[in-house]
Amino acid sequence: MLERTPADGHRIGAEADTKPVRFRGAGFTPAASRWAGLLALISVLGLWQLIGSLALINPLFLPTPLGILRALYRLAESGALWQHVSASLLRILSGWALGTATGIVVGFAIGLWRIARSIGITFVSALFPIPKIAVLPLLILWLGIGEQPKIATIALGVFFSTTISVYSGVDAVPRNLIRMAQSFDVPFPTIVRKVIWPGALPSILAGFRITASVALMLVVSAEMIGAETGIGTFVLQAGNLMQTDQLMAGILMLSLFGLAVGKLISLLEARLLHWR
Amino acid sequence: MDLIAEIISHRFDALDVLENVSFTVGAGEVVAIVGPSGCGKSTLLSILGGLLQPSAGQALLRGTPPPGSLNPLTFVFQDFALLPWASVADNVAFPLLHTPLSAQQRAVAVDDALRRTGLLDFRSAFPKQLSGGMRQRVGIARALVVRPAILLMDEPLSALDSQTRELLMEDFVDLLADGAMGAVYVTHNLEEAVRLADRIVVLSRRPGRIRKVVTVPATRRARGDAGMRAQLLDLQNELWALIRTEAIDAEREVQHA
Repeated sequence: MLERTPADGHRIGAEADTKPVRFRGAGFTPAASRWAGLLALISVLGLWQLIGSLALINPLFLPTPLGILRALYRLAESGALWQHVSASLLRILSGWALGTATGIVVGFAIGLWRIARSIGITFVSALFPIPKIAVLPLLILWLGIGEQPKIATIALGVFFSTTISVYSGVDAVPRNLIRMAQSFDVPFPTIVRKVIWPGALPSILAGFRITASVALMLVVSAEMIGAETGIGTFVLQAGNLMQTDQLMAGILMLSLFGLAVGKLISLLEARLLHWR
Repeated sequence: MDLIAEIISHRFDALDVLENVSFTVGAGEVVAIVGPSGCGKSTLLSILGGLLQPSAGQALLRGTPPPGSLNPLTFVFQDFALLPWASVADNVAFPLLHTPLSAQQRAVAVDDALRRTGLLDFRSAFPKQLSGGMRQRVGIARALVVRPAILLMDEPLSALDSQTRELLMEDFVDLLADGAMGAVYVTHNLEEAVRLADRIVVLSRRPGRIRKVVTVPATRRARGDAGMRAQLLDLQNELWALIRTEAIDAEREVQHA
């Protein structure tokens, strides 16, 4: 029998032998607070600046945030910053575009055709784990000293990650959508364009996020091994000369670049994956 | 246009799924396929619709498709199979993309299908914004837009709640009322089968063989009459009696698998 609260307004909860049911459903729903993150960042920077200003740590080991910004300003003013950044950007963009384009083609081939899958996965599994920077000396031998080996190193690193994210994305496209398209006699190229490509896009864009980081790591490593300009070269030289403020300025540039790429990919996701 | 299942057998690796299944779906006829879980109903439908090659036997089409039919055999899927990145209108237009229709003809056809399914106001919505019932309406509109001769419906209501099921069942009755379209309707719901089908093919437990073909009395419209209800309930009970023992065995088999 269902009992209801008496009409006279008497609350059952006020009776001596009752107690509220304990709420047990809290937690496991983390929601990031934008302001908390910003506040934490400002606090850390403030503390860092304070430690530096009070000379608690030698600025040679840890320059202050303001010192780093001053170094960055001086570099920008002299034109050196743009010279290094543009050299790195050119290498990153060329290598990333080359690796991404070939990775997408090979990834789709592996995802769509049996022979490509049988052969491709074997090679990808064998070659993907090799640290690509270890191949740079060989690439210099093959391609000569210049931009090509550095771009090729980045392209190689990007290629494997892209290939894996593309064929994983193709594999993840719900088979029922493909069967649906086939049931309407939709031709193969249209199924690839209208079903598989948009279905694989979330995985491909997630792959872009990874390959952007891979490209950034590889450009720095490649420039440290053999280049006259570039952020990697600059950071290495600054380190050798114990110019830690400039070294940190270079690292700050890399961080800003990573943030910008992440933001760009987020914008792309918001535009292309609005349906999720 | 008739659809013929000719001595169809199928096996997945070592598992016999269907054995010597033969029947004909006449023009404008609705045939329901019922049977215990795992008896190969959906497999049979996939074979009839050309999505699966049978191990033996074949599916045949006899006669010419009705004028203007762009896809004589058209599926309505249990899970709707809608493109999540496409709007309602784009989902409905999807089967027309590769057809010789002009953009204007396509737009007219899509509008007509949306009107028939009550989706005109939702044309710009995306699947995730729709309820299960509305999503299946999109699936039905997408099927209607190609003017099929025979609808192949694979448990189209099983993912829906009972009220939505009832509403869509009424829509199916209306859609199939004029006999312009036939249908093969796979279901485990005997009430749906009795309400919609002209004939009911009862399959045995795996490997699915035809146990019985039952003709449902009275027209679909007349089945709503009070006098017919008792008769249809008897038929439903008769079908359940045929299936019950095997359904229990099938359930135990699934649990032990």
